[in-house]
Amino acid sequence: MTTQETVLHPAAIIEELKKNNFTHVVWLPDSETNFMYQLLTNEPTLDLVPVCREGETMAIAAGLWVGGKKPVVLIQNTGIFESGDSIRGLGLDVNQPLVMLVGYRGWSRHGITNDSAARFIEHILHAWGISYYLIETDDDAGRITSALEEAERTSKPVAVLVGTEFGA
Amino acid sequence: MIGNTDAVKLLNSKREEGVFVATMNANNTGFGLPSVSSNEALDFPISGAMSKASSVGLGLALAQPDRKIMVLDGDGSLLMNLGTLVTLSNKAPKNMYHFLFNNGVYAVTGGQPIPGAGQVDWEDMAKGAGYAAVFSFDNLEDLTTGIDAVLASEGPVFIHLAITPEVEETPVAFRPRPRRSVQTAFRELPEALANG
Repeated sequence: MTTQETVLHPAAIIEELKKNNFTHVVWLPDSETNFMYQLLTNEPTLDLVPVCREGETMAIAAGLWVGGKKPVVLIQNTGIFESGDSIRGLGLDVNQPLVMLVGYRGWSRHGITNDSAARFIEHILHAWGISYYLIETDDDAGRITSALEEAERTSKPVAVLVGTEFGA
Repeated sequence: MIGNTDAVKLLNSKREEGVFVATMNANNTGFGLPSVSSNEALDFPISGAMSKASSVGLGLALAQPDRKIMVLDGDGSLLMNLGTLVTLSNKAPKNMYHFLFNNGVYAVTGGQPIPGAGQVDWEDMAKGAGYAAVFSFDNLEDLTTGIDAVLASEGPVFIHLAITPEVEETPVAFRPRPRRSVQTAFRELPEALANG
């Protein structure tokens, strides 16, 4: 049974982004992030960069990073599959310390998921040697900070898998 | 048609403190930007992920709004990332100049024609996507005369260049390697931006 304590609110994510001085959110919305969009557009310290396809996000983030800014990517796991060459060439190969917030479509703690987007995503991240953290409730939001610390320490992209829908 | 080297030579002469984000033939070691550059520290070669030069350029333009960012793109590259036209227009960086080197072929793989070569209207596509200004040049004399007006325009500006194809026939393994790699540029560019 879902309780109030188990809900993940976009405000918790945004507070974590602000705490870590992120400057840009490069994103393509997924079906669960409507509430996030509303809050992001009202947040003056975060510049929203919407894209047409997810592979653009790592490249735009690379330009922002080399130009002195601190971007975060926000996409769905399906977008990770589309973004392979960008993650390889403009993330891993250039040592970009990029935090990628990734909607974990299909994730479930209750039985086997039939969604291939969920079944493949961790294998793909393992194949690339990309570490990842899972967040499911507001209490987990601090793992974004852990991901950033690891990204900066290792000079590599790190993923944060968002394993639940955002609450209002 | 405009020679590849003639085009990069002219653009380089107008660069001032601008950054070039260059890919494919515009970034060719023998006849592209690396062969004529007068300020290598502000050259940003993108060969790590084909099609993404304009995306990297957009990020850089947003991060450095007081500096001209000049993307030297290829037509085959842009076809792989057409959404960038809309993404870029939507953010509308005033300091962004997107040059398209249109030679109609995949020059680095032997000269195969790109899909739609000769029939795609790049100017209309850029206009339709919402670029603030669009220019097109098919000879060096007009480009030489018009380049100052291009760079005086408020971005994002799209500049279509009809370029003479220069096809690479040498096997990739035997082609000269660029002196300035993508990794080097990523490592050194922040300091260069800070210093000038």
